[in-house]
Amino acid sequence: MTGRPAGTRAIELRGRGIVAGVVEAPALVTREPISGFGGIDVATGTVIEPRHELFGVSFTGRVLVFPGAKGSSGWSGFFQSTRLMGTAPAAMIFDVMTTKAVLGAIVTRVPTVVQAVPAPLESIRTGDLVRVDGGTGVVLVFPQAGAAAPRGTESETDELFVQ
Amino acid sequence: MLLTREELLMRDGAEGDAVAAAMDLLIRYGDALEAERLVDTRNVAGTMTQPSPAKAKLFAEGGWARAYAVINLDCDRDIEVPRMKVPTCQLQHGFAEDAGGLTAYPEQSIRLQEDAESFFSERGVNILATCTPYQVGNLPTRGEHCAWMESSAVVYCNSVLGARTNCEGAASTGAAALTGKIPYWGNHLPENRHATHLVRADVDVDGFQEWGMFGYFVGEQVLEARPAVTGRLARPDLADLKHFGAATATSGGVEMFHMPGVTPEAPTVEAAFGGGRIAEPITYGRREREAVYEVLNGQGTSRDVDFVLLGCPHASLDQVAQLAALLEGRRLNSSTELWVMMPRALSTMALRNGYTRTITAAGGRVLTDSCPAMSKAAPEGTRVFATDSAKQAHYLPAILGIEAWFGTLAECVDAAITGRWSGGLA
Repeated sequence: MTGRPAGTRAIELRGRGIVAGVVEAPALVTREPISGFGGIDVATGTVIEPRHELFGVSFTGRVLVFPGAKGSSGWSGFFQSTRLMGTAPAAMIFDVMTTKAVLGAIVTRVPTVVQAVPAPLESIRTGDLVRVDGGTGVVLVFPQAGAAAPRGTESETDELFVQ
Repeated sequence: MLLTREELLMRDGAEGDAVAAAMDLLIRYGDALEAERLVDTRNVAGTMTQPSPAKAKLFAEGGWARAYAVINLDCDRDIEVPRMKVPTCQLQHGFAEDAGGLTAYPEQSIRLQEDAESFFSERGVNILATCTPYQVGNLPTRGEHCAWMESSAVVYCNSVLGARTNCEGAASTGAAALTGKIPYWGNHLPENRHATHLVRADVDVDGFQEWGMFGYFVGEQVLEARPAVTGRLARPDLADLKHFGAATATSGGVEMFHMPGVTPEAPTVEAAFGGGRIAEPITYGRREREAVYEVLNGQGTSRDVDFVLLGCPHASLDQVAQLAALLEGRRLNSSTELWVMMPRALSTMALRNGYTRTITAAGGRVLTDSCPAMSKAAPEGTRVFATDSAKQAHYLPAILGIEAWFGTLAECVDAAITGRWSGGLA
């Protein structure tokens, strides 16, 4: 179970909130951009692109931490459908500003923070508990024991936790 | 975001509740983008007619007005949908009557879509029903501010036509159609249209398949950035540019490319970079070409092809003529289907010129409005498909869980005749 472990110091990230709201949920982190159309299944809230590192993984109810959107202009419509089907992520955190991802966050109506510092992809690991405030742009990360390091960045990430 | 008096009046309801909802969405969207203002547009290409499961549910609750409010305006209030304020078309949607009974796509969805067409065309939406509006009557002029969806059309609009659009979505185009406004951000600003990357082909890029592979490589390399492409490039035709752009927007998120000497905003490489520093070239050589081919052909094990899909993005009249020439006097394998997707307006010409007769006499089908990826449906029992489109080879295995082969038009026709894939990289 996830929770705030006693004595663990939270890492604070600051970005720009683009969709207001506060939520706390476990993170799902990917270094690969996500496609909407042909990239996710809205009925199950899972990534379906065969070569994606999250292939078969569900983002429903999790804080989706990703670099940005790719592919079809259906991106916003597909993520909006996850809201209508009850399979949406709990929040979004991304870096690369595109109309697809920004409009997608708005119509998914989940708290969203963009371009946070320090870099979310280096600071958050899948399974960490994350509190996202889409109004102030503040993201608090509560590292979880056993959370998966982002691929190929284990040492960098560990250094961050030591600081 | 700075709003004009006219825009403030729209927001406050002076032009009705639907326009107010549209302006509210545009303000939320523009603020999130940190756009300085909105810009006028008289060219909107969106989507409102395809009955997705979510949309069908909204329609059942409150008709097309409810579906438009939620999906095209992100608004939960009950509104009346007025006439579109500026010229607006819709893009590809679900299968139409011509595909009835060919797949498991529900007959009910075809009927529902026809109902939506009536509703929206009565409100000023031109039903183009294609991912290539520029082939059938919506050809923006250079510098024109547009609000378009469909990534392959967006990249064509910016790059080949020199018009200006971001990659919009169902909600932003829905709002633009009712207000004639879209955030002045991204590709609308001249300074954001210069090349950021240089990609040089050290192998010949000549022919439809090669343009698709090169585009797929470029998209993977630059993601959503703006490449200028140079090197051993043959002079591309409309279909080549349509395939190249669609591929860049599939493997990456390219919305604008420059092809010096071909595309209007780049007479030279220097012009493509806006007089700034020219980036070090990323090279596309023999190994890179082979790697792209392997990726696009790494999704199949069985060579028994059930289904051949052509026309992604929707075929040009020339592509259909080429297909008819290859099928003349031949007959498809009894266990293989062949479809070519094209805009309905062009299918009238394909019929008139006899191409459709030749294709159907061979056992193939000329279909319109949609594609298997949009409708999430292929002929029943399809396990392995072949295509000449890098975009369709990328998406369809994910969407339908089937295997894919990617090759030339001639290889695809050969697969349809023999039922076997025997393509390979020349």
